[in-house]
Order: sequence, then C-alpha cells, then structure tokens
Amino acid sequence: MIRDIEQIRSFFPYLQSADSGGRTLIYFDNAATTQKPRIVINAVSRWLVDANANVHRAVYGLAATATEHYEAGREAARALINAASKDEIVLTSGTTASINLLANVYGQRYIKPGDEILLSEGEHHSNLVPWQMLCERTGARLRYFPVGEDGQWDLEAAEKILAEGKVRMVSAAHISNVLGIVNPVGELTALAHRYGAHIHLDGAQGIVHAGIDVQSIPCDFYSFSGHKIYAMTGTGVLYGRRSLLETLPPWMGGGEMVDTVTYGKTTYADIPLRFEAGTPNFLAAATLRPAIDFATSVRIPQVHKNEEEMTEYLMRELNSIGGMRIIGSGGKKVPLISFNVEGVHHSDIATLLDKMGIAVRSGQMCSEPLLNKFGQTGAVRVSLAAYNTMRECEAFIAALHRVLKMLK
Amino acid sequence: MAETEKTVKQVQQEIVDEFSAFGDWMDKYEYLIELGHSLPVIDERKKLEDRLIKGCQSRVWLDSEYRDGRLWFTADSDAIITKGIISLLIRVYNGRTPEEILSADNSFIEEIGLRENLSPTRANGLLSMMEQIREDALRYKDR
Repeated sequence: MIRDIEQIRSFFPYLQSADSGGRTLIYFDNAATTQKPRIVINAVSRWLVDANANVHRAVYGLAATATEHYEAGREAARALINAASKDEIVLTSGTTASINLLANVYGQRYIKPGDEILLSEGEHHSNLVPWQMLCERTGARLRYFPVGEDGQWDLEAAEKILAEGKVRMVSAAHISNVLGIVNPVGELTALAHRYGAHIHLDGAQGIVHAGIDVQSIPCDFYSFSGHKIYAMTGTGVLYGRRSLLETLPPWMGGGEMVDTVTYGKTTYADIPLRFEAGTPNFLAAATLRPAIDFATSVRIPQVHKNEEEMTEYLMRELNSIGGMRIIGSGGKKVPLISFNVEGVHHSDIATLLDKMGIAVRSGQMCSEPLLNKFGQTGAVRVSLAAYNTMRECEAFIAALHRVLKMLK
Repeated sequence: MAETEKTVKQVQQEIVDEFSAFGDWMDKYEYLIELGHSLPVIDERKKLEDRLIKGCQSRVWLDSEYRDGRLWFTADSDAIITKGIISLLIRVYNGRTPEEILSADNSFIEEIGLRENLSPTRANGLLSMMEQIREDALRYKDR
C-alpha cells in the first residue's frame, strides 16, 4: 500500500538525483513523457538478460518467456481501460503510431470520396495530420467543431455537423495536451453513434489524468502511449472494439501478421496480430505491465487531492501575474497548464527556468493550429505527475517571478 | 580600434574575457538580455519569409548585405535571449570578408558557457543562425 507522495518519489531514481551544484531538479514536462520508476527500470534490465528472444515464434523456453511478458503487457493495457478482450488491444509504438495505423486501415475499409471526418479544433498534430493525409488520399473532407475561448468543446456545433449525415469518423482528444481540460467524451461518443458515425478518442493525456472504461464510454477506438504512464518509450496501444476491428484490413505486411503465405497470396492473422507486422518492441511493451501496475497503485485519494491542490494553487498564482494568459481556463482542469505572459517570449521563460533547474515545455507543443486559434505562436506548459509536490509548485512560482523580473 | 580591424579570433577572445567576469548564470543571462535590447534591429521590410531561420522556437530573421567585399548583418527575434545571442554573432562577424567567416570556428560559444545552446533542439537555434551566416558568406565568396 502506498502511503504518500514522498514514498512515491522514492521509487524514482531521477527524482533522487541532483545537478552538479547539488540541486534537485524539478521535472514539470510530464505530458511529454514521465520519469521511470525503479520497478520498470529493473524489469527492463532483468529481461534483457533472461527474457530476450523474439516473440510469438520459437518453441524454446526463452522465447516462451519473452512472449509471456509481451502478452502480459497487452493484458495490463486491457485491464487498464476495461476492454472486453485482450484481442482488442493492438500494441504500437505510441499514440502517433496508433492513430496512423487507424487512419490507414479504417480509411481503406470505410472512407470514400465525399465522406467526412470530424475533429475538434483542440487536436495535436498526431490526431490531425494522419486524418489530413487520409483525406488527401481519398477525397474525403476534414471538418472541425469549435473549441470555445475558455477551451471547452462546443458540442452543439459538433451535433450540427454530425446531423448533416456525412461524417463517418469522429476523432477527438480525451484531454488536449495544451488545454488540460477533461473533455465530455461520453457525450461526444453518444452523439457520434446517434448519427451513425464511429468515434476514436485520443487518450494520450486522458489515460494519465482521467482514465477510461471503454465499456461504460463505448467509443469504437481509443489510443494512448505507454511512456506517459511510466512505461518505456516505444510503447502504445490502439484499442478497437472487436466487431469493428475485425472488419479492418492490415496495413503493414511482414512476419507475425500472417496466417498462411504462398508466392501468390497471403491470408492474414486474426486481430490483434494482424496489425503487428514484424518484430515488435517487445521488451518495451512488456514494461506496460509493471508501469500500469504502478500507475494504478498511485491512483489513491492522497494523489488526487495533491493534484487538485497543485492545480488550484498554480491556476491562482499564475492568474495573479500581470499580463497572464492561460490557454484553456474553463471546465474540469487537470494539472496541465499552458500560458503566456504578455510582452515576454515563451522560449525566454523556459530557458531561464531551465537555468534554475526547472524543466517546462515551451513552443508549439505539436499543436500549431490550436495555438494559432488562440492568437499565440507558442506557450509555456507545466504538466505534473503523481510524484510532483506542492513544494515544487511553490519553487516554480517563485522562479517564474524571478524570471519575469529579469525579462520585463 | 574598430571591431573589424581586429581578427575574428580577437573579438571572440574579448567576448570570452567579458563573460569570464560573470559570477553566475544569472549575470550572464542578464547581460545577454541587455545585449538583446540593444541589438540594432532589422528593417521591418526585410523580415521576409525567406530570411526567417528555420528550426527555432522563437522567430529569428537574419539579413545580410554585401558591400565592398564584406558582409554586414542585421537581425531580429521575438525572444530576447535569442536576440542577445545573435548580437554576439553579429559582433564577431559584421564587416568580415566571406573568407574570414568561412574559416572561423565557433568554439568561443562553448567557452562562454553557452554550450547548451548548441544542441540541435535548442529553442534559440544558435546552430541554424551560424549556418545562415556561413551560407551567406558562401554565396558571396567568389564574387
């Protein structure tokens, strides 16, 4: 049983480390990737020794062990989102790969010229460019429903577009990586289905701060990355509802995704292996199990309370700064806050914070259209994880005041 | 002595000496910010898309003019630290011949403790700025 945040911190070697001046570093870029707990680091180094063989192929013991670990990663992902079956979990290299895979196979099977794909205005490039590419290939049309000034979805506008009857697929972020607001994905799912469209939810941030039960919010597809929930980089998931996933053709061809191959013709494997051509990143995927176990174990009231308090504190302190503009101020806010200060460039803020040992993100955050919509060329973003503390937030605010004094 | 009467190396060494006087990073960055504020800015009409340096988190424009065998630079950026860094480059390379620019190295950047700005992902794109200066020099080399 995990007691408190300090105990959580003790699991992360990075958080115990310090820079050359003996200063503990503050890591506030968790929306990009999280630091790794010892249980994940140790598992990888152990498996490199005693479970390193290619999966789903050979009969010898080592290969069987590797396959078990890989499949345990898949099962952990299934349990995390409460999918009905492990066959509905396609392992990928990350959210971007999941969405590219989906746009390709779904597009092949379901998209014709004149069809429409509906996104929100709040999407990052990973949930925008693959659909744009699909539209260019097929002659389908990409549409967007608006995000309000406070960052919240305009569902009425979404419904109007859906009611026109041409939308085949809706794809939208559970939580935007810029706005940090939990979107009403249940309502959007119901709307999409009411008008006969399929729906994919981009859970890159949602899996971290909201979680999903794909049986109670019956989306057709959900994608997320493992490395944002403490697993190794190069891990991701595309969940697809079985009845739909089974209708989709493969995308990449190669080993593992086949049933039988002759020189003339190939028949394909069942789901999910049909979508996993070639040697997967099996060691990384296997870390989904310890990482998800860990992520689940820290979903405790103390962590929720701490995250809520930190979010509230940061919003209050940031809002008290002159010229502050928070992008995504409304709705149910998670500890992911993007902002700009009038007359000061985001990269200057991030550069000076870095000199003070605080890692924050700055720039476009792979969301250029969204930032442009808010009249920004970029922003500073702070994003927290279960191991961040109020003390770190206070240090960040103090450092930010110092930085702004230097820059103004 | 005007800057151009000194060699590139001499000007670089002067900058290294100035920076070595700073006690900590804060003094150094405060100086960069000050330099940024005093950078003679580029003519607004020259802030053209093709003079916008790619690979920077901030927008950086760098323009050059070739007069009497020498290159003269003006620049601007929306980020002040970036402007400070450009002003150092301009101080070193303004009024130089293409040959001088092409044969120079930039190890002084490391010596003044701005090495972290050299990594390819760095917001201010120091590397891209240096590349642009060299490209311009290359363009005028055989004229």
